[in-house]
Amino acid sequence: MNPNNYLILAAILFTIGVYGVLVRRNAIIVFMSVELMLNAANLAFVAAARNTGTLDGLVVAFFVMVVAAAEVVVGLAIIVTIFRTRRSASIDEASLMKY
Amino acid sequence: MIAALIGLPLLGATVLLLGGRRTNAWGHFLAVAMSAASFLLGAFLFIQMVGKSEEEREIGQHLFDWISVGAFQIPFGLHLDQLSIVFVLLITGVGTLIHIYSIGYMEHDPNRRRFFAYLNLFVAAMLLLVLADNYFLLYVGWEGVGLASYLLISFYQQKPSAATAGKKAFIVNRVGDVGLSLAIMLMFVTFGTVTFEGVDAAVASGSSSTVTWIGLALLLAACGKSAQFPLQSWLLDAMEGPTPVSALIHAATMVTAGVYLIVRAHAIFDLSETARTAVVIVGAITLLLGAFIGTAKDDIKKGLAGSTMSQIGYMVLAAGLGPVGYVFAIFHLLTHGMFKAGLFLGAGSVMHGMHDDVNMRHYGALRTMMKITYATFGLGFLAIIGVPPFAGFWSKDEIIYVAFSQSLIIGLATLLGAGVTAFYMTRMMAMTFFGEARWEDDVHPHESPAVMTIPMIVLALGSVFGGMAMLFVGDIEHWLEPVTGFAKPEHSVSHSVLIPITLAVVLGGALFAWLRYGRRPVPVVAPTDVRFLTRAARADAYGDALNEAAFMRPGQYLTRSLTWFDSKAIDGLVSGLAASIGGLSARARRLQNGYARSYAVTMLGGAVLIALILLLVRL
Amino acid sequence: MLLTTLMLIPLVGSIVVFLLPAAKATLAKQIALGFALATLVGSVLMVLGLDNSSGGLQHVESYDWIPAFGISWTLGVNGISAALIVMAAILVPVVIVAGWWDAENSGRGTVKGFFALILALEVFIIGVFTANDLFLFYVFFEAMLFPIYFLIGRFGGPQRAYAAMKFLLYSLVGGLFMLAALIGLYVVSSRELGQGTFDYVTLTSLNIDPATQKMLFLGFFFAFAVKAPMVPFHTWLPDATAEATPGTSTLLVGVLDKVGTFGMLHFLLPIFPEASKFFAPVIIVLAVISIFYGALLAIGQTDVMRLVAFTSISHFGFIVLGIFVMTSQGLSGSSFYMVNHGFSTGALFLVMGYLVSRRGSKRIADFGGVQKVAPILTGVFLLSGLSGLALPGMSSFISEFLVLAGTYAVNPTAAIIATLGIVMAAVYILWLYQRMMTGVPSKEVEETVTEISRRELVAIAPALAIIIALGFVPQVALNVINPAVDQVQTYVGVTDPESAVVIEGSGS
Repeated sequence: MNPNNYLILAAILFTIGVYGVLVRRNAIIVFMSVELMLNAANLAFVAAARNTGTLDGLVVAFFVMVVAAAEVVVGLAIIVTIFRTRRSASIDEASLMKY
Repeated sequence: MIAALIGLPLLGATVLLLGGRRTNAWGHFLAVAMSAASFLLGAFLFIQMVGKSEEEREIGQHLFDWISVGAFQIPFGLHLDQLSIVFVLLITGVGTLIHIYSIGYMEHDPNRRRFFAYLNLFVAAMLLLVLADNYFLLYVGWEGVGLASYLLISFYQQKPSAATAGKKAFIVNRVGDVGLSLAIMLMFVTFGTVTFEGVDAAVASGSSSTVTWIGLALLLAACGKSAQFPLQSWLLDAMEGPTPVSALIHAATMVTAGVYLIVRAHAIFDLSETARTAVVIVGAITLLLGAFIGTAKDDIKKGLAGSTMSQIGYMVLAAGLGPVGYVFAIFHLLTHGMFKAGLFLGAGSVMHGMHDDVNMRHYGALRTMMKITYATFGLGFLAIIGVPPFAGFWSKDEIIYVAFSQSLIIGLATLLGAGVTAFYMTRMMAMTFFGEARWEDDVHPHESPAVMTIPMIVLALGSVFGGMAMLFVGDIEHWLEPVTGFAKPEHSVSHSVLIPITLAVVLGGALFAWLRYGRRPVPVVAPTDVRFLTRAARADAYGDALNEAAFMRPGQYLTRSLTWFDSKAIDGLVSGLAASIGGLSARARRLQNGYARSYAVTMLGGAVLIALILLLVRL
Repeated sequence: MLLTTLMLIPLVGSIVVFLLPAAKATLAKQIALGFALATLVGSVLMVLGLDNSSGGLQHVESYDWIPAFGISWTLGVNGISAALIVMAAILVPVVIVAGWWDAENSGRGTVKGFFALILALEVFIIGVFTANDLFLFYVFFEAMLFPIYFLIGRFGGPQRAYAAMKFLLYSLVGGLFMLAALIGLYVVSSRELGQGTFDYVTLTSLNIDPATQKMLFLGFFFAFAVKAPMVPFHTWLPDATAEATPGTSTLLVGVLDKVGTFGMLHFLLPIFPEASKFFAPVIIVLAVISIFYGALLAIGQTDVMRLVAFTSISHFGFIVLGIFVMTSQGLSGSSFYMVNHGFSTGALFLVMGYLVSRRGSKRIADFGGVQKVAPILTGVFLLSGLSGLALPGMSSFISEFLVLAGTYAVNPTAAIIATLGIVMAAVYILWLYQRMMTGVPSKEVEETVTEISRRELVAIAPALAIIIALGFVPQVALNVINPAVDQVQTYVGVTDPESAVVIEGSGS
């Protein structure tokens, strides 16, 4: 298969992720959209690694997975805490850290 | 030995100033003792000097190397010669008399100890001035007497007028100091030395313009210290000080330091016709200006101050005439030191009896109430107007004689000055001691105590015999000749013609004054419907008005506008920069609106931008 | 090791004082005074150990610090820096005694903190005057700011935060320019020598091409001009002194600002001789402007502390003038001026502090007639003032005259104009005296102003005594300074102009 197709798929997934982050207010959905973007990037890395026949892309992909896992742990914990205190998971309402 | 001359009064001043209240009881005696001891030492040195042959009379004392930086080598050295010794005797002699007088005069002043400390400080500084062997050390004495003068003029510190007068004296003197500083710098740069000996030796090889500039700078210095035109204005205000101070500092000694400086630097003036001419012009203007001011003053001390200016004008003029005049400048300085100090002490004695009133319009008919004061003041009066054989006659006559030998105009100026002197002094005599009593109600004039009258008597004797003694016994012309040089004027009107003319002018002035003030009653309140000239003389010939318009007001304006400029423009620029950065930050802060999505959009925008740039650059 | 030890004394003192319990205020003061006096003894021993026949660096010690960049812990003194160190070492105990109650009176901060900061400052002062590795100098130059920042910002007057921040920002910006120039100098040295260095002696022997010299010169000069301070980089000084305690102002103006002029003399002239000569005419003009600008603004002030600050700006004009005329009289005069100015301005600040703390106001108009109620204090005021106006007989006169005479030899116009400054000095001091001390005291003055206390007199007396003593025996200081000045002249490659007429055997 044409390797470009993988990249196009990755771009589409990434755009969906961006769209989700920008328009959704539920923190969980935003969070999942971020995961989607990370995985889109991973797909691109893997495709590139396959293309060039080197391991570099794969290594980075593993890194990203680790980072994503760590992020899920921290991020979900924060979201759960916010939900517990404010009874809401809307990110627009959590705007205390402004000027 | 020489150092002890200075050291004794300096020690006195130090003990009194550092000792504080503990020394109140005996402080004035210590001061008198120190001054007297210095006088006795001076007299001893004088006798020793007389005993030596002419070549050996000059002695020096090198104390230590004071400053040494590169070629700038200044010794801390003293130097006693025929010129210095006469000053030493004048300073310590008149100084001691005035110390004694002050015991009585300042008896009731709570700050008497401090007064005596300052007097001793003055004597020490003045001695340093005349004993220094280089211009730089002279400067220290020069400024030291200025400091003492400042402290003593503003001695009554609670009086704003006294504080202002002291400050004014110091600042005007500082203008003169600029001249002295520049002269010393020029000497150093040109000759590489500032000792009297070194400069005298090198001066002939200096370029004539440099020598002229040095001479003019020294003249500026002399103008400041000796209250010569155009720096004369401080002397009249200086009368705010206690009267003994006026007698010692502002009549007999300090104000004559300018004359000393010119005579001491004669090597420079000998070589520069221009500088000498400037000196003569300054002297002539001041001698007439001072006399003119003296004619209209009702304040007895200010009248005498105008007279002092005028008499120093004579000395400066004589000094400007060159080798023919130096000796007579010093001669007049010495006789003037005696009779003017006597006159001031007399004025102080009158004030003492009149509740410190200085207005002569409140005096009158005091000759019967204050016999000794009347007699001593009268002798001083005869000396200053130049009646033979009193002291002033001999010295003033010589100056007039020499002046005529150099230029008719200058000669006529000195002659006119003599007439005006006779006028204002007769006016002063008449208003104070003759006529009817115009005393204020609760004033009971009385003679001063012996501690005050004895110094007055001694000075009166000096006014009578001083001139003859110095001229005939001391042979002052030849005594000073080795130091200052001396030349007989080549051609002049002969003495036998000049003396009658001078006496006629003097008698005319005196008679005129007697007719106006002795024969007619003197109004108690000064008449206001007077001519312009009288008004000008009362206003010190508008010297203060001129200073105010030319320097003070522009200076104040400049200061105010610079203060504004500093806070608004310079600091404003810096603060403005800070404020604008702060304002910008405040605006930028608004971007942090707290919505995660807007941050995400910004990030996306940034990423897109970078991507676009990368693409564009590749293309 | 001597110089490092000298720095260790106040450092240990600072730490000890800081570690004391806050309640033991008196003990903290006594310990601080003890260490300050020990430092004084040490610095006097250091000067006595100097060899006055040589103008080079002495007591040199050098240890590697960051060899990769040619940075070392190199300390050394010459006559000029030694004189300044002694001056600082005298002023620190003076300030400690004079400011005995300043920390309590400020109502903020701890007493031990105040004295620990003063001792910490002394460490950096010694460091900055002895550092002969330019990087080390820079470190001390910046480190010095922080004790002062806290001394102003914690113990100062109502506007202290503004003043402290302004001081810090000005100094940091100046320092930044210096850092840039310093890196440039390092690059130049590595290009010339193969191995970059910050070593002072090595750098003085470098032949840097004129264009580069000028750029680097400007970077350093800007930092030093802000520090000195010269018009128009001066506005931080009046604000800082108006808010700081008098003791802090004394150290700030008396010692810290000298780092600027010392830097010009010790670093700019020897390392950038060509650029120094090139810029000298401009800097001379700036210096003369400073003299007049400072004096005129001093006349116009209504706040005593600001007034003294502006007189110092005028005095710094004289110092800079003497440095950039590059004659031996000018350079020695300026070095001596730095020492004298520390004492005379210090005395002025302290006596003003005495008055201000009594009356509770810094406005000149709130005083008047003090001589009636406090004659000794008035006398002390007058003596300090007279040294400020360079009265002959005081040491400040000798240094001022040396500067002027040294200037006249190469630039008569500047000398003549600068000489007029002495008239204005008389105006600002005597007018101040008249307004504050003479006249009839107001009711407030009579109630609040008391006679000088024994402690206050003991604090200020050494400064005044030194001013008068050095007026009569200036050679004590000049003998130490002169060889170092000769060395500077050698580095720059200038000699004194010959006098127009040379007479054999005259002059001494």
